[in-house]
Amino acid sequence: MSVSGISFVILSVVALSLFVYNSLRIRNNINLGIDVDRSDSFNSRIKTTVLVALGQKKMFKRPISALLHLFIYVAFVITQLELIEIFVDGITGSHRAFRVSLGGLYTLIINSIEIVSVLAFVATLIFLIRRNLLKIPRFTMSEMTGWPKLDGNLILYFEILLICFIFMMNGGDEMLQLENGAESYGFVISSVVGPLLFGGLTPEALHLIEQIGWWGHISMVFLFLNYLPISKHFHILLAFPNVYYSNLRNKGELNNMQSVKKEVSMMFDPSADPYATPAEPANTEEPPARFGAKDVVDLNWVNLLNAYTCTECGRCSSSCPANQTGKKLSPRKIMMDTRDRLEEVGRNYRKHGVGHEDGKSLLGDYITEEEVWACTSCNACVEECPVNIDPLSIIIDLRRYLVMEESKSPSELTTMFTNIENNGAPWQFSPMDRFNWAAEE
Amino acid sequence: MSERINVPTMQELMAKGESPDVLFWVGCAGSFDDRAKKITKAVVKILHNCGVKYAVLGTEEACTGDPAKRAGNEFLFQMQAFQNIQILNGYEIKKIVTGCPHCFNTIKNEYPGLGGDYEVVHHTQLIQDLINAGKLKVKEGGAFKGKRITFHDPCYLGRANEVYEAPRSVLSRLDAELVEMKRCKSKGLCCGAGGAQMFKEAEPGNKEVNIERTEDALETKANFIATGCPFCNTMMTDGVKNFNKEEEVKIMDIAEMIAMAADL
Repeated sequence: MSVSGISFVILSVVALSLFVYNSLRIRNNINLGIDVDRSDSFNSRIKTTVLVALGQKKMFKRPISALLHLFIYVAFVITQLELIEIFVDGITGSHRAFRVSLGGLYTLIINSIEIVSVLAFVATLIFLIRRNLLKIPRFTMSEMTGWPKLDGNLILYFEILLICFIFMMNGGDEMLQLENGAESYGFVISSVVGPLLFGGLTPEALHLIEQIGWWGHISMVFLFLNYLPISKHFHILLAFPNVYYSNLRNKGELNNMQSVKKEVSMMFDPSADPYATPAEPANTEEPPARFGAKDVVDLNWVNLLNAYTCTECGRCSSSCPANQTGKKLSPRKIMMDTRDRLEEVGRNYRKHGVGHEDGKSLLGDYITEEEVWACTSCNACVEECPVNIDPLSIIIDLRRYLVMEESKSPSELTTMFTNIENNGAPWQFSPMDRFNWAAEE
Repeated sequence: MSERINVPTMQELMAKGESPDVLFWVGCAGSFDDRAKKITKAVVKILHNCGVKYAVLGTEEACTGDPAKRAGNEFLFQMQAFQNIQILNGYEIKKIVTGCPHCFNTIKNEYPGLGGDYEVVHHTQLIQDLINAGKLKVKEGGAFKGKRITFHDPCYLGRANEVYEAPRSVLSRLDAELVEMKRCKSKGLCCGAGGAQMFKEAEPGNKEVNIERTEDALETKANFIATGCPFCNTMMTDGVKNFNKEEEVKIMDIAEMIAMAADL
């Protein structure tokens, strides 16, 4: 094996191992969430995944950005085909290993890659302009400063570089081919771009350009791969399981807490003996369940998967009535806070052991009560999310913790609770007057 | 038109050994709020005049627990739910029509898991069925002739349960022009009352949600804002008052509009 072959194999093994390691770290973090059963309705889950994740159905509610996004998405998917050849060439030292055997099909594949790459290039440039020059509220909200802003831009720069390398590789190669007196590869873009950019260069220079393109391309792929786990861009992988495991029931339905159901049904069961010892001995190792969520480990694993899937597009916040009227609540920030806190808890657990308390929590240190109470539970954020993320269920769980564990709620809500409890209505009316309307004129 | 309708209660029907085809779940707003009571009476007029065999729970009805649940008080919600389910199951209720999308959502989606399984419809769905069955006839002309009507989708009817068509189909029977707001159906903006916000002051911001939504509605130049939820009705009424437009723009529930157009 040649030196470059060995270098390639080492690079690949390191890059892939690192990616697997970091992905497993994220999987472990997600598994810190409490259990929720999403093993039901296989068929409709597959159908939803095909429509929403693969087909990007919900993206097209905003057609222009959806189309631009589609270019990048298709380019990403199709370019993976070329990656197979790059691996073969890299390991064996061959050059365009599949060109001869695939013939016309090969030209078709490379042509498709080249065309969608140009479209993706244009889309990426527009996205950069949109993100940095146009003052679009969802990209300039308070949570989109610092790392999230840089993260969004870095991904776009990477994409630009990646595409440039593809055309250096194909363009340089095309010129070399012509230099050698062979016929053109016939690739639709590089047969134009090649002579335009690299015409008149020496064969040595062309070879160098081709090599920089080839190595640059594969290095960017590996860099990108390893950038994913520390970036919002992980959505390109998690979007699929996230949609698959998303809540398929009516959006209006909030789960009935089973822990509460057990206690309430006992109160309503005339034959229940409140002094009876539990049928099964209490498992002393299990910590007492908390009502609602104070920290990320009180949320369920789908909430946590949601947090890692969020790519911070901000469609949720731009449709949130509270956010649109200047309240602090931003559903996107809820997801980003959940992810950031989960990263922190994961680090703590790895360093100090599972269950380590650092005195901080999602509620309080990341998300304030003011944000939690500003939600109208209107489901606009859930409806908007192109990958079926559900910020509302996190907000409700935080409220449950505040109300049921800490008895903390805005005083008007405490009054409302008392009214329901005493009068069976949220206002202070006598239950005996409930039917008076029928007798009124 | 203003004949007093004797509203039958479940207790009365039970005593006679009868059972209704549908139970009308009035809801707290519909029972106690002066504005919402008018919506309740419109629903009753429709049920009565279309010969629907219905009943109400009367004083046996209590809050479904929706605001408590959305405010995080699951205990209180389930207490309310168990009580209501005991009563509903005791009367062997099969079908329920609600005058409020919040009650509709809670009974339809959250009661089954606690032992309460019923067919639940919103009043706009029942009205649509009655019209389609030819039992309810809207008269030609009338108060809505040539007027513009815009429908504000209640979150708990629309996004929460994907009922977008029934209210529009009902409104299309009126001799009027139905105009959509820029944000409608699945993109409809909340009125600001949901999630227990109705019962508290809003958090600090630069605008009230109902003002933002009222602007959407006023932009359509509609003469009537049609609602399907007593809370939306309150919020939109306040919003229109804020713009001093209460003379030009009326806020009415679909049930009221239909009762009026059918001359009930």
